[in-house]
Amino acid sequence: MEYSLHFGAVWASFDKLLSGLAIGLGLAVVAVAIGTVLGLLAAFASVGPYRLLRWAAAFYVSLIRNLPLLVLVLLAYFALPQAGITLDKYQSFAGALALYSGAYLTEVFRAGLISVPKGVIEAARAIGLTRLQTNVSVVAPIMLRNALPSLGNTFIGMFKDSSIAAAIAVPELTFEARKINVDTFRVIETWTVASGLYIAACVVIAALLRGLERRFPKF
Amino acid sequence: MSDKQHPLLAIRGLKKQFGATEVLKGVDLDLNKGDVVSIIGSSGSGKTTLLRCVNLLEEYQGGEIALDGETIGYRSGDGRRRRLSDRELSRQRAMTGMVFQSFNLFPHLTAAGNVMLGLRKVLKLPKAEARAIAENWLARVGLAARADHYPSQLSGGQQQRVAIARALAMNPKLVLLDEVTSALDPELVQEVLNTVKGIADDGATLLIVTHEMRFARDVSSRVVFMEQGRIAEDGPPAQIFGAPKNARLAEFLRTTRH
Amino acid sequence: MQAFLDQLWIARWPLWEGLLLTIGSAAGSILFGTLLGVIVGVQLAYAPWWLRLPFRIYVDIMRGTPVLVLILAAYYIPAVAGLSLGPTQAGILALTLFAGAHIGELIRGSLQAIQPGQAEAGRSIGLTFPQLLAYVLLPQAVRSALPPWINTGVELIKGSSLLSIIGVGELLLKTQEVIGRNFMTIQFYVFAGILYLAINIALDQLGKAVERRVGQH
Repeated sequence: MEYSLHFGAVWASFDKLLSGLAIGLGLAVVAVAIGTVLGLLAAFASVGPYRLLRWAAAFYVSLIRNLPLLVLVLLAYFALPQAGITLDKYQSFAGALALYSGAYLTEVFRAGLISVPKGVIEAARAIGLTRLQTNVSVVAPIMLRNALPSLGNTFIGMFKDSSIAAAIAVPELTFEARKINVDTFRVIETWTVASGLYIAACVVIAALLRGLERRFPKF
Repeated sequence: MSDKQHPLLAIRGLKKQFGATEVLKGVDLDLNKGDVVSIIGSSGSGKTTLLRCVNLLEEYQGGEIALDGETIGYRSGDGRRRRLSDRELSRQRAMTGMVFQSFNLFPHLTAAGNVMLGLRKVLKLPKAEARAIAENWLARVGLAARADHYPSQLSGGQQQRVAIARALAMNPKLVLLDEVTSALDPELVQEVLNTVKGIADDGATLLIVTHEMRFARDVSSRVVFMEQGRIAEDGPPAQIFGAPKNARLAEFLRTTRH
Repeated sequence: MQAFLDQLWIARWPLWEGLLLTIGSAAGSILFGTLLGVIVGVQLAYAPWWLRLPFRIYVDIMRGTPVLVLILAAYYIPAVAGLSLGPTQAGILALTLFAGAHIGELIRGSLQAIQPGQAEAGRSIGLTFPQLLAYVLLPQAVRSALPPWINTGVELIKGSSLLSIIGVGELLLKTQEVIGRNFMTIQFYVFAGILYLAINIALDQLGKAVERRVGQH
């Protein structure tokens, strides 16, 4: 085997990889932010008193979790224009990832909701808070704290899934890595560095999350 | 509003069932302003359920509860009774305070934050005023120094005293206390009972469910004995504990006193 | 609708082949991934630290790297190492390595959840470590890891769609090719979606049924 490692060609394009990493992180942040809203709505619906809303939430979760993200992305980017909705590649991907993360976050928040003690909810009702006030001021903060570790893991998962944006030519890390790979043929180096960047980002995010968890002690 | 025409709390023919089990079989009970009434009885006699009905945490199938002349929980018209809207129920719940066996403090809020939540969201008080009221009440239950502690940093007895401050700060017409010492370690019981005694002496109207017979005797103006979903005997503590008329009550007192 | 059905009839064989390749590559990688995962899980749970370390590194690399990066790396790297792998083989290799790490963690978790008394009881009747593993520990671990293992199957079916990016003719690539001919974009993506849903919901139900049965014991 005649292959010796030369990282020089990869380092020359390192700025591209870094900007790709930033794009991936940005897409994940936007998607998870929207997904958090979707997930909260669906989670409250899924434990609420209305059968139709419970059914709708269950349908959303089951539909999205059983579809490949790439199918959602291609639908958003290539099929929606046929229905008269044209999104650019960033919007299509962020939208698809938001919908996708929302389904996972529904389950995360649902577990968090179930973990809120019934007596604490009754205490809020007993001092005269309405159902909405109870949910906003008491249930949501407790649930969010309990859900924080899973929320963090979901974010890391979605950040990794931002690599799929390469399929519609969003210049994120995987897309840039593939370009460098094809341009330079430094195959092993390229994928080692790309993978290393993803892992490093995941480690940093995980460390930040652990810091956040320590700042808000568990109840 | 609160003239002497009607009692502060009037319970008439209250009936409640869980599925096929009838828990309350027609309960009548009156409390006047300033009364301190203890409900005693064996577990399963329906005393906690009665308290929860008064605070509208449970729905009930028959009878009526009036608080300061206002029928609460249900509206009856054209021959049917309907549960009131969430907003109405919340307004009525705010008129009564409830202290729970398991404290049920809000774990994400400090002691002061627990007391302030209802003041801010229900009574819509400005933050500074709510804070002042909270500090005042925490001082009255002896926890002025713990205002900024979280529940997890407080002992059980301290948590229960915060819960009492939380209920009293809303200036309720009536305070319901549901076995407030049952979840406490024995050495922490007395501090909570002393706190309750203090608010009773200040003239609060209290409806208490308790297993502490000595406390019931000391603090109450009246004691009610419940048995199988009905009130079996109702009288001053001296009568209930000194000369019980009801045979089941006499039996109950014998077994709980050892 | 009629136009779509006509096009669907024309495209039935490519789509059928794609569906088979989707199921085949997921099944292949879960099979190899399970063999790998059991080895990894046992090492992670019981090996001394110096032996555990390389397995730990392997698992963490696989779990920190996006599946698509694994697939692209498995597609491009073997060629320079003198191995010639077709896209399908490269894809199954990548999904196998991914599944091996996940299943390894599942098995490790299940093994470590077994009460220490089980191993002690096994040793006390004179079982060697491999016997202990084979007759006492792994049967219990496999039982509790079964429902999440089936869930890994759902992840692999979904992950196999990424093989379309390196030109593996599975369901999604075949769908794209069909769309390239008839431009019925929405209809055929939705149709592919329904096929994925059908497979995954069936797997999901199987997982729940197994979980109920496991829960009974």
